[in-house]
Amino acid sequence: MQEESLFPDLTNDEKKLIEDFLSEDVNELSDFGAKRREFLKQVSTVAGAMFAYQLMGGQEVFAHSFNQTTGDEINHANIENGITVAFKVNGLQKTLEVDPRMTLLDALREKLLLTGSKKGCDHGQCGACTVIADGRRILSCLTLTATCEGKSIVTIEGISKNGQLHPVQAAFIKHDGFQCGYCTPGQICSAIALMNEAKNGEVSFVTADVRVKARPLQLSDEEIRERMSGNICRCGAYPNIIAAIREVHSGKNVAELWKFAGENNQTQFKSSV
Amino acid sequence: MRPFKYSGTGSVNAASQILAVNPNAKLLAGGTNLLDLMKEDVERPDELVDISRLNLTSVKMISGGVNTGGLSIGALDKNTDTANHPLVRQNFPLLTQAILAGASAQIRNMATTGGNLNQRTRCPYFYDIAMPCNKRQPGTGCGAFEGVNRNHAIFGWSENCIAVHPSDMCIALVALDAIVKVQGIDGTVRNIPFSGYHRLPGDMPQKDNNLNPGEIVIAIEIPKNNFAGKSYYLKVRDRASYAFALLSVAAALETEGNKIKQVRIAMGGVAHKPWRATEAENFLSGKIADEKNFKEAADTAMLMAKPLEHNQFKVELGKRAIVRALMQAMNGGRI
Repeated sequence: MQEESLFPDLTNDEKKLIEDFLSEDVNELSDFGAKRREFLKQVSTVAGAMFAYQLMGGQEVFAHSFNQTTGDEINHANIENGITVAFKVNGLQKTLEVDPRMTLLDALREKLLLTGSKKGCDHGQCGACTVIADGRRILSCLTLTATCEGKSIVTIEGISKNGQLHPVQAAFIKHDGFQCGYCTPGQICSAIALMNEAKNGEVSFVTADVRVKARPLQLSDEEIRERMSGNICRCGAYPNIIAAIREVHSGKNVAELWKFAGENNQTQFKSSV
Repeated sequence: MRPFKYSGTGSVNAASQILAVNPNAKLLAGGTNLLDLMKEDVERPDELVDISRLNLTSVKMISGGVNTGGLSIGALDKNTDTANHPLVRQNFPLLTQAILAGASAQIRNMATTGGNLNQRTRCPYFYDIAMPCNKRQPGTGCGAFEGVNRNHAIFGWSENCIAVHPSDMCIALVALDAIVKVQGIDGTVRNIPFSGYHRLPGDMPQKDNNLNPGEIVIAIEIPKNNFAGKSYYLKVRDRASYAFALLSVAAALETEGNKIKQVRIAMGGVAHKPWRATEAENFLSGKIADEKNFKEAADTAMLMAKPLEHNQFKVELGKRAIVRALMQAMNGGRI
């Protein structure tokens, strides 16, 4: 094969690495068309992996690639002043060795490859990194991983059950509670925790009288807005986010604030062009 | 973020000993302010002492001693827990309102009582390490004094520093004559009246409070009072939620008939420390609780105001906020 000349002097280990990375399609490789492009993509992936293999030592490449599926294994990274932390993430026990400076957000994203939680501002101002720790919404960007020993963290990846979307996820889709989607994982984690807070009768700054005990609380839109104020949406999907939360919180159907353009609208659009 | 040593600790005393030995060590509780400042390179501790697991969490009624019937809050109680504790909501609703006026739900789930007291100012010149700031780096000057100072102090500032204390919770605590309990290196506990805990900047703006080296806040106590039926925390800010106060007023009254038996007025966003409007309180004592008297009291409160170039609006805003907070308090603290 012509492409083989890209890898002169392959060792047996390296050949095995290629075999592991390339898909079965390679057997049907042709010199032109889609298959060839596919092959080149794969080749460059392998080339990158082999470079990394030499640079980092094989163990780390594989540890990184397969971390998520291998369960509870310490990722020994020879970190100076490293701290070993054992905690649960989405129900699975994880043990990590981290730099004391590593935030929970970075550990989730970079070590556990759970990239659902987003780094928006990294300063606790936007809420995109919101996760649920021991049942409460917190900001993972202002939490050091080293302080998480024994905690149970739930991220956006952990809220659906048995392949079924969480009702809040489904409501966000129904009500189009996002545009770009970057703030959405934080919004949804925050909204789920909000509903528990209302169930427990926790008050907010806009609660009319904090001395009145009531549980569960039925939240007005004003209450929902105040309680969600830690989650910023730069696209401004707020009305739809409120509608989604209101629907799940109240248990009553809420009409969408949007709809697909019907034939009439399309005709109007065409005639105006 | 600069590298640091992460130390766990088993007791207040052990944490205190670390602080005594290492002046560059800092206590870590909720971390909501400290980590932000470390990312900004404003705080540069070489050691973090994680006190978040110490047994300093309990909101409870004080029984026994002179403060019987008062409230005790642990230094590590989360803001959410304090604000929503039935004792606090029922007997000290001013504190509940003030806590819930600050930050976001996520942050209140992390932030602690002690951390709230010891948070640093949000003055943008303090946060920007390219700017001069006597609080961050003594002797470099104050960038805000001749800079953009719309959010800055109108009371008690010095030319060295015009920053304001950012807390909402502390405004309620100073109004309620709280006591800060601190434990020193030798294990002895002393009480600091809340109004004496934070400092005015003077010529040492780098020092926010009157803690001695190695001292750690362990609890807050609030004496029993009769303000629960007539108190209100009013916060004025640039957006409706999740913003620091341009100005805030904690107001609490105890009345007898239509006369004021006791009144407390404290202000946030106006000084380097939570500001008690003592002159206005003295004026109102024994007077009829009506809008006319509230207005005169508000004028009295703002007599000593010394606004800066961009925050002159805070004088009139302060007057109106005091009147409105007192009126709302008379209305039972309901919104």
